Amino acid sequence: MSSGEATVPRDRAEIVALAGSWARRNVWTLGLLGLLVVFFAVTRILQPNYGPAAIQGLAIAILPIAFAAVAQAVVVISGGIDLSVGSMMALASVTSAVLMKDQGDLFGVAVVVGVLLLGLVVGAINGALVVVTKVPDIVVTLAMSFVWAGTALLILNTPGGGAAPWLMAIISGPLGTPWLPKAMVVLAVLVAVVWIPLRRSTLGLSLYALGSSPLAAFRSGVAVGPTKIIAYTLTGFFSALGGLALTATGGVGAPVPGSYTLQSVAAIVLGGVSLAGGRGGVLGPIIAVIVLALVRTDLFFAGVDPNWSTAIQGAILIGVVMFGSLVAMRRVRV
Amino acid sequence: MIDVGSDLLLSATDVAKHYGAVVALRSASLAVRPGEVHALMGANGAGKSTLVKILTGGVRPDHGEILVRGKPFAAHSPSEARRGGIVSVYQEPALIPDLDVRSNLRLTQSPVDATRHWLAELGIPDLDLTDIVRDLPLASLRIIDLARALAIEPDVLMLDEMTAALPANLTERVLEVIGRQKGTDRSVIFISHRLIEIAAVCDRATVLREGSTVGVVDVSAGSEDRIVGLMLGDIARGGPVEPADSSARAARAADAVPRLTTRNLTVGTKLSDVSFDLYPGEVLGVVALEGQGQDELFDVLSGSERPSGGDLLVDGAAVSFRHPADAIRAGLVYVPADRAEALLMQRSVRENIALPFTTPFGAWGPIDVREERRKVDKAIATLQIDTRAASEVRRLSGGNQQKVTIARWVAGGVRTMLCFDPTRGIDIGTKQQIYQLLRDLAAAGAAVLLYTSELKEIQLACDRAIVIFGGRIVAEIAVVDADEATLLRAAYDLRPEELMPDEVASAAVAVEATETSPAGPA
Repeated sequence: MSSGEATVPRDRAEIVALAGSWARRNVWTLGLLGLLVVFFAVTRILQPNYGPAAIQGLAIAILPIAFAAVAQAVVVISGGIDLSVGSMMALASVTSAVLMKDQGDLFGVAVVVGVLLLGLVVGAINGALVVVTKVPDIVVTLAMSFVWAGTALLILNTPGGGAAPWLMAIISGPLGTPWLPKAMVVLAVLVAVVWIPLRRSTLGLSLYALGSSPLAAFRSGVAVGPTKIIAYTLTGFFSALGGLALTATGGVGAPVPGSYTLQSVAAIVLGGVSLAGGRGGVLGPIIAVIVLALVRTDLFFAGVDPNWSTAIQGAILIGVVMFGSLVAMRRVRV
Repeated sequence: MIDVGSDLLLSATDVAKHYGAVVALRSASLAVRPGEVHALMGANGAGKSTLVKILTGGVRPDHGEILVRGKPFAAHSPSEARRGGIVSVYQEPALIPDLDVRSNLRLTQSPVDATRHWLAELGIPDLDLTDIVRDLPLASLRIIDLARALAIEPDVLMLDEMTAALPANLTERVLEVIGRQKGTDRSVIFISHRLIEIAAVCDRATVLREGSTVGVVDVSAGSEDRIVGLMLGDIARGGPVEPADSSARAARAADAVPRLTTRNLTVGTKLSDVSFDLYPGEVLGVVALEGQGQDELFDVLSGSERPSGGDLLVDGAAVSFRHPADAIRAGLVYVPADRAEALLMQRSVRENIALPFTTPFGAWGPIDVREERRKVDKAIATLQIDTRAASEVRRLSGGNQQKVTIARWVAGGVRTMLCFDPTRGIDIGTKQQIYQLLRDLAAAGAAVLLYTSELKEIQLACDRAIVIFGGRIVAEIAVVDADEATLLRAAYDLRPEELMPDEVASAAVAVEATETSPAGPA
């Protein structure tokens, strides 16, 4: 709940009412959870021995994309878009891999902190360019995606370097029960630590306000320029986390960005973030990333040609978003 | 008491603002005493909205001094203006549509309990603060905006057309709450087109004309005429303008079928029960203050919006437009005030003129180039369009662009032309040409509906005028009577009684008094 005034629920009825209103506001996320359960069940049917080990693999595989989706969600909620997410991840990945290779644990920690700072700086540069030059965000970030990708290749032109052993260890293996992968816990903790305080702060409100209606936000006293720069800075930060995840999952630096930018846009759209800004959160996009990964898995187990499976993923994306808009339209009419 | 009263809460002196060569404000002054409700008045283009923007931090003045409680005030954003003691409620709600009410309050650091209190005072006590703003009706949003502003307890509360979107019962509550601010140490600046509200709630009124403050009026019974007089300036005292060649206007045949008829046309809450006839061979003027429903009327007639009720007849047959193409097919063509709405700015004059008449029958086939060229050349010649920069419309002057928007319809042959303020922001020479063109079109049998924000255009171009106020037609005025003073009075919905000659009026009042007053002493 977004309310800052602490309202202490007094009895069961009130708690139920609060839960009901939370559910009404997060219909999309709950629907996605339902979809996740469906796809998980389908996976179990197709592959009865799909168990803890497979889920471990899944959690590790989606970790970079999940961070990319969160990065994209933050900037899109504030009314922008960042096409350089994938390039920033590559830059963070190669920087961390080159610096960490054959170094001690302590130095590795310093590298992680340094790379996160690098992400903040790179994101702030993107944001400042959008605000100062007034060139459309899509153009600025597309151009900057080439700049960051080129920089990444200058640092490391083929996959190489290395990851600190502890970095690889914190995302592999289960935590407690074999069904709970460490990678999932790391994702949840890192996103929660940044997102929940942000969501409850005036800054978080300003991000939503800016995306929802820039004029009303200005009139409500939101500092439009600085807020926009902060949004891009946060995107840079989460992209850096994605880059570190790339290094940690692969064990080497990945200088070629792959398709993370477009996958992040697909995930936020499926995750209920409005591309027009102002609506959505980060939980939806993370669930969407898992759903999209499970679709790929299911199609693989079903023996579908991999080329067909990407086309089918695209069709599912359009279908789900269209269905969601239809439901939303009906709710408005009633 | 007296020395407190002489200390001004807000004083703006000699404020000026230029935009390039255009003077928006020449020398505006405003003095607001503590505890008063002060009206800010002015006709379209008088500089009212520029002064409001300066006081709310949206625009920086070129020069002039603004003091709040004796301290210099200079704001570069609404939040700075708020810190300086001025909070304003805008015409459109300044609430974030995707956040709930409580988050909106938190965003502006408004006290929740005080806002709740004012919400109750203003007539919506049971508002759920967790409602998403997007789902609330417009009237509630305006009330929330006002309650939020009142809760902050600013030195000066500025209300810009606060009551425009409100139903009558809420308007009453709002005026009552505003009235209660009198006698406190805070003040309200009240901007409204409704003179009745000004009279009901305001102590004094500052009147702007052509960018300068022309007078401050103590509001009392009968001061409406003074205010309107000040807004008009010299024109009110000057002789009537000679109507343009009224003798040439053909008398309408008694049995003529109207080209366009509206019956009880209604669009949401913006336009209600509008009925009029537009005959072939006439130019019918539409006069209205800003936002009285004229935009919706033209949107409906041009097929961009569907009416929520009422009938539309073309040549006596009922029609229903789903798309502007339907309206164009029925012969109703639209010339908007904003040229960018109508033109392909990067394309040539030729293509722009040819577009509407090649689209319907050219359809997907090849375009008949020779026929197109003939029509386009004729239209360019008729309108005397300067074609030196013909390769890209955006390089033409505003006047020439407007001529192109008209030419594209003239080229195809006009039956009914809907012009929405076609001379806005263009030079006087081109204006004259456009008036003449509209007259020529009417003389050739076309019907023209002309909304204009310049009242003197009515006598220059029209045969008669209808006046819209609050979404309703409140008057129909023949061209000979349509001088600026009459039109402006009608536009402010001052009752016609006030226009009667004195002896007639006093006689009417005497009759009314004897009829309605309870039996006096026998």
